[in-house]
Amino acid sequence: MPDFYDEILKYKGFDFSAHLAQVKSADLQEILNKEFLSILDFLSLLSPEAFLFLELLAQKANKLTLAHFGKTISLYIPLYLSNYCDNECAYCGFKHSNTIKRRKLTLEEVEQEAREISRTGIQHILILTGESKLESPLTYIQECLERIKKYFTSIAIEIYPLKEEEYRQLVSSGAEGLTIYQETYDEVLYDKLHLKGPKRNYAFRLGAPERAAQAGMRQVNVGALLGLGDFPRDAFFTALHAKWLQDSYPAVEVGISLPRIQPQAGGFDALRPWSDKEFVQLLIAMRLFLPRVGIAVSTRENNLLRKNIIGLGVTRISAGSRTEVGGYTLEQKTSGQFETADKSSVEEIKRMICEKGYQPVAKDWQRL
Amino acid sequence: MEDKLVIAGNHIRSRFFLGTGKFSSYKIMQEAILASGAHLVTVALRRVDAQSKSENILDYIPQGSIIMVNTSGARNADEAIRIARIGRTLGCGNWVKIEVIPDNKYLLPDNSQTIKATEALVKEGFIVMPYMSPDLADARRLQDAGAASIMPLGSPIGTNKGLKVLELLKILIEEIKLPVVIDAGIGRPSHCAEAMEIGADAVLVNTAVATARDSVVTARAFALAVEAGRLGYCAGLKPEQERAEASSPLTGFLR
Repeated sequence: MPDFYDEILKYKGFDFSAHLAQVKSADLQEILNKEFLSILDFLSLLSPEAFLFLELLAQKANKLTLAHFGKTISLYIPLYLSNYCDNECAYCGFKHSNTIKRRKLTLEEVEQEAREISRTGIQHILILTGESKLESPLTYIQECLERIKKYFTSIAIEIYPLKEEEYRQLVSSGAEGLTIYQETYDEVLYDKLHLKGPKRNYAFRLGAPERAAQAGMRQVNVGALLGLGDFPRDAFFTALHAKWLQDSYPAVEVGISLPRIQPQAGGFDALRPWSDKEFVQLLIAMRLFLPRVGIAVSTRENNLLRKNIIGLGVTRISAGSRTEVGGYTLEQKTSGQFETADKSSVEEIKRMICEKGYQPVAKDWQRL
Repeated sequence: MEDKLVIAGNHIRSRFFLGTGKFSSYKIMQEAILASGAHLVTVALRRVDAQSKSENILDYIPQGSIIMVNTSGARNADEAIRIARIGRTLGCGNWVKIEVIPDNKYLLPDNSQTIKATEALVKEGFIVMPYMSPDLADARRLQDAGAASIMPLGSPIGTNKGLKVLELLKILIEEIKLPVVIDAGIGRPSHCAEAMEIGADAVLVNTAVATARDSVVTARAFALAVEAGRLGYCAGLKPEQERAEASSPLTGFLR
């Protein structure tokens, strides 16, 4: 079992609803005045009572974000390499049983897509693939990294979980960041939602961020797919996971993503959809609990919401995203992993950020 | 005697140094530099985009400024050294602010790695200004390693808390023969004035200016406070007394 599993076990049987129900306004006043919040303070910030304090909490989140990240928003862009997948995740458009067009980019196509993306000026790319070690093995990921690294100063990966040694190989090929979502931290629900394939191994996935940190990955990004598990359980464990990683690997830049489940091929309705209100409350709570953690919000969220949450804690947003394999340049693209809600172009996103009085940052790392 | 700040043989026209991160736009950053009269500005190499088709931060640095690359993002000496070298290759010059931070929670520097990077980069001909936690033994090591100045923090980066380590800063100013630049934590013009009044040679500010509602006016306010504090120091401001001393109860008999 990965080390973080022990942290999860500490909350076995913990009554999240009971904690939320007993939060009083005096507790929130106290939390507002604190510099360092505990994980239970964080949980209190997700209570119904905390919603009454939302404006005050938002102001504090705004101040913290300004102090630590300034008036800037970093941009990144995703590149899907392949949608072959051996897993059967109930909620995913790429799941094995879905009869969608499957495709894996050739190295030439990968380079073609990378070249096109680099025309936007964005220097941060996130490469993604479905989980098929046969179709997209480690060597293929490495070859892709080698091919595209001349176009970008920072490459992150969002692929199936690997062993530490494998992460080390990707770092040496130019990967700098890892994004991996546990989807849900609820082990029982995880088991129900992941019906077939290697992803059924909850523990191996849970330990991926720490293995990547040990392997020298500069950035490690965690998250839960909001809408699968109980509110606020998955939010709680995401925060706990990020905090634990930050404490255990202080040199690693730990980040959080807040993906809310969206419609995709194969039709799956969120088990527990998160409202905008809950989403914003969570964003603010994350910022207060983890003042220096980067928070990413993707094009799963619509443009207006993304615009409104700039200043509340978000530090990175994706722009101009295509979630299909070959989405940027190929005629015969596949269907996407999920439907993007914000279809704005990179230039439109940059303009939106500027209108909010922030600077869109296309480059925030220099590969060494 | 003329009050000149000289670092590594260069006359620095203003004792107010400005960092260029966190601004809402390069244009406002440029206006803030001009309004403050800052002569030395720091630029994070991670933000320099030499291939940029649209905006390159270096194009917005006023002519005549001294650009000091900072090694933001370096987690150890080796990374800081590599960043400094890349900066030089990209035409950013020889000035380097070493920032080695293996801690993403508080952004506190690692003095031992900073000393190591200083030793190496001085040998390569860089003008090295290390950012450090205010520790006397380490400051002496940096001095011995050939640093051009030392840059102790006033409080952690971005906190705007002012000179929380005042007593340690006073000791460094007293003991270290190099220019002492107080870097990080300065959040108000009065903090600048205080730094100069205790005898610091310069201050380096970024967050407080970049994130102010009006960065341009704030930059000017900080620069004026630096000037006022320095004038006060040069005029020989009397130190504050712990309490009033009207007589000399112990030595009065000698009169």
